[in-house]
Amino acid sequence: MVALPGENISAEPAGYHDDGKPKFFARWFYSTNHKDIGTLYLIFGIISGLIGGFLSFMMRMELADPGIQFFTNEHQYLVYVSMHGLIMIFFMVMPALIGGFGNWFVPIMVGAPDMAFPRMNNLSFWLLPTALICLLISFVVPGNANGNGFGGSWVMYPPLSTTGHPGPAFDFIIIGLLAAGFSSIFGAINFITTILNMRAPGMTMHKMPLFAWAVLVTAFLLLLALPVLAAALFMLFTDRIAGGTGFFDPARGGDPQMFQHLFWFFGHPEVYIMILPAFGIVSHIISTFSKKPIFGYLGMAYAMVAIGVVGFVVWAHHMYTVGMDVNLKAYFLAATLVIAVPTGVKIFSWLATMWGGSIRFTIPMQWALAFIFLFVVGGVTGVMLANAGVDAYLHDTYYVVAHFHYVLSMGAVFGIFAGFYYWFGKMFGVMYNKFLAAAHFWLFFIGVNVIFFPQHFLGLNGMPRRYVDYPEEFAIWNQVSSFGAYITLAGVVFFFLMLIEAFIVRRRVGDNYWGEGATTLEWTLSSPPPYHQFNVLPRIEDNAEH
Amino acid sequence: MKSPTNKTTIIAAIIAVAIGVGTFVALIVLGLGGERGMGQPVDGGYFLQDAATPVMEDLTTVHNMVFYWISGITAFVMALMVYIMIRFREKANPVPSKTSHNTAIEVVWTIAPVLILLFIAVPSMQLLYFQDKLPETDMTIKAVGNTWNWSYTYPDLENIEEIISNPLDEVQAKAQGKPYLLGTDAQLVVPVDTNVKVLVTSINNMHSWTVPSFGIKMDAVPGIINETWFRATREGVFYGQCSEICGIKHYYMPIEVNVVSKAEYARWVANDGAFTSSVAQNNTLMGSGQTAAQK
Ligand code: HEM
Ligand SMILES: [Cu+2]
Ligand SMILES: [Cu+2]
Repeated sequence: MVALPGENISAEPAGYHDDGKPKFFARWFYSTNHKDIGTLYLIFGIISGLIGGFLSFMMRMELADPGIQFFTNEHQYLVYVSMHGLIMIFFMVMPALIGGFGNWFVPIMVGAPDMAFPRMNNLSFWLLPTALICLLISFVVPGNANGNGFGGSWVMYPPLSTTGHPGPAFDFIIIGLLAAGFSSIFGAINFITTILNMRAPGMTMHKMPLFAWAVLVTAFLLLLALPVLAAALFMLFTDRIAGGTGFFDPARGGDPQMFQHLFWFFGHPEVYIMILPAFGIVSHIISTFSKKPIFGYLGMAYAMVAIGVVGFVVWAHHMYTVGMDVNLKAYFLAATLVIAVPTGVKIFSWLATMWGGSIRFTIPMQWALAFIFLFVVGGVTGVMLANAGVDAYLHDTYYVVAHFHYVLSMGAVFGIFAGFYYWFGKMFGVMYNKFLAAAHFWLFFIGVNVIFFPQHFLGLNGMPRRYVDYPEEFAIWNQVSSFGAYITLAGVVFFFLMLIEAFIVRRRVGDNYWGEGATTLEWTLSSPPPYHQFNVLPRIEDNAEH
Repeated sequence: MKSPTNKTTIIAAIIAVAIGVGTFVALIVLGLGGERGMGQPVDGGYFLQDAATPVMEDLTTVHNMVFYWISGITAFVMALMVYIMIRFREKANPVPSKTSHNTAIEVVWTIAPVLILLFIAVPSMQLLYFQDKLPETDMTIKAVGNTWNWSYTYPDLENIEEIISNPLDEVQAKAQGKPYLLGTDAQLVVPVDTNVKVLVTSINNMHSWTVPSFGIKMDAVPGIINETWFRATREGVFYGQCSEICGIKHYYMPIEVNVVSKAEYARWVANDGAFTSSVAQNNTLMGSGQTAAQK
């Protein structure tokens, strides 16, 4: 259903396209409306975040002191580590950023009435709860002789994931991840089609808002990376069958390192899949609350394209210690450093956007500023880890855990919260309580720094990751780190208080409650937007701001 | 320009510079001035373990060099943010400018990082090749990862049998004065100032043979023999921990290397893998007792 410029979409014959909302069950379970699906994704992300957060909290409790406190079956600790990683990545960050905000705002920002394939959109969403259920089942079915669940880390390297976990637990994970992967691939096709074909008249690529650019690049990364993961998972699956294949089994001529190459060919683009949409969100927020157009718009858009392209040729920096040829390592070292350049362009362009601006420190702006700071900290330790020689010391230590939590648990998650507080009124028509939101922000900001900054020290001092117990020399910083988890937990409590309060008090907001500075199309619609927006497609004037 | 604006600019600049310089100095002083473990982590430590091989010395140098750069960049971005947040807050700057392009500055912030990265890349590459290219080695040891212990063999020495190195439990470790989760019941013994080639492999799951003070981390992959090397320049006991997830006892398969004088080593070999000197014996009391050679 591609609308011609100016065509009135409500002239569609099917009664479903009138403005009346379907009844509850039809609306939320058969949903084909991009905004409803976006909301479903956000709710799903919150639920997964609670599960993944619970797992991480248990791990931090365990690690608070040397010795084994709760995980008397150490296998269970590894199960928690693995499931925490998988759930946070596939079921929290990706659904919230791409499924949630992508669905909600990409069609609106490009001036389209909905996504290109609304039914496929529904399928994309409902594959995810199915996938999550598979992962949760995996907790309670046998993994290996040591107990239930899969304890081979989110990277799933064989032989630990083949002969090391003969039980059905890992099969459930494979099925779940395949389902999640297909969900993402369908979503990616949907976004690409929508953005390339359904932009409103006058909305050229070079006028498209940066969030739409971010999701477009992300969708291409998904489309190219996830099939490789699917293939690798499928190869694991057939390797696991008795008398099956031996792709990764050296005894049958296979090569376990090959899996790592396949995994990280997906895995590295995956980290950009998680961060690019956050880049897009932060750009809008910085611009809105500086009351200035984004600085160097084209540079910003093409920096993301560059990051996406280069992101595909750096994967083996995760594998410096597997015994690669030294020239190969040298190549991956150089290529990885190159990524720092477009990343720097993004950081400096945000700062330049604020320069000369008239800055308001609203709640979303606080999250966005924190995002920049935390992303810089996580980014510079990435430069350290890119050095293959130094990585021989730091690889698989807590330094790496600190690094990727600074960019993920803080970068991506702060991007999510920034977007959530930015668009909350737009999505739900009501405004939150500023005090509760500020408490959430400050507790979270302090909490995650207290958790993860000391982990650099642990890594430098030599503590390996995925350890349920550690020599007592590491005790102090682990204790501090766990204390940070309690602060963060308090922040989470305020998040839910904020939600409950906002929906009870229901402070109504206007169309453009941020005022001057908020220039993208969603601010021309009511809050919340009509069930079907743009019955008459908007025309983008030649001199409109991005 | 009116004077209130000038005043804000000055105040913002002073605070920003103070925060930037303060952060940089704090990072460098704390980051590079910490107490360093020798062969094992140090209590509450926040820096690399001390170097016992030339590779680790170089690794430390490159780490410190990169650390200067990234501390500087972090401090610089922080200072800029602070300046902007004070100088361009709504109250101080009610009317926003409309600039959204400046080609010169965009070129600068693309070229400057490139130059910094070149500064980093050159020594980093040197370290990489130094670490990776095996020099002429004088002896070879083979480390095999197993679930969940390490075994060591000396392929050039027929009289030394396989050493199976199991972790000590908490009681044993205390009894022998070794750190728990690092100490083992049978160490790898090597001579000082000798180029040692290490072959690393595994017979089941993957593991990773790691000795932080040597700057070594080499994955043990079934079906593949990886090669690395070290030249210990100090005598003493050096610990490491398995660094590739390998299953339930991943945290419980440490690595213990005893670097002894050349004479000591010669005697150890002559004795089929047992120490005679009382000093070394002290070091390795249980260790030598449990080598397969002695059984
Ligand atoms: C603030 C809350 C969080 C806490 C307290 C936390 C804590 C932890 C802990 C304790 C580990 C295990 C470290 C180990 O034993 O090796 C871990 C691993 C991990 N976390 Fe988090 N985490 C948090 C948020 C996140 C988020 C938001 C993400 C994702 C986007 C994430 C992704 C991961 C990944 C991928 C791993 C590695 C899992 C593996 O080794 O297989 N974490 N986290
Ligand atoms: Cu990567
Ligand atoms: Cu291990």
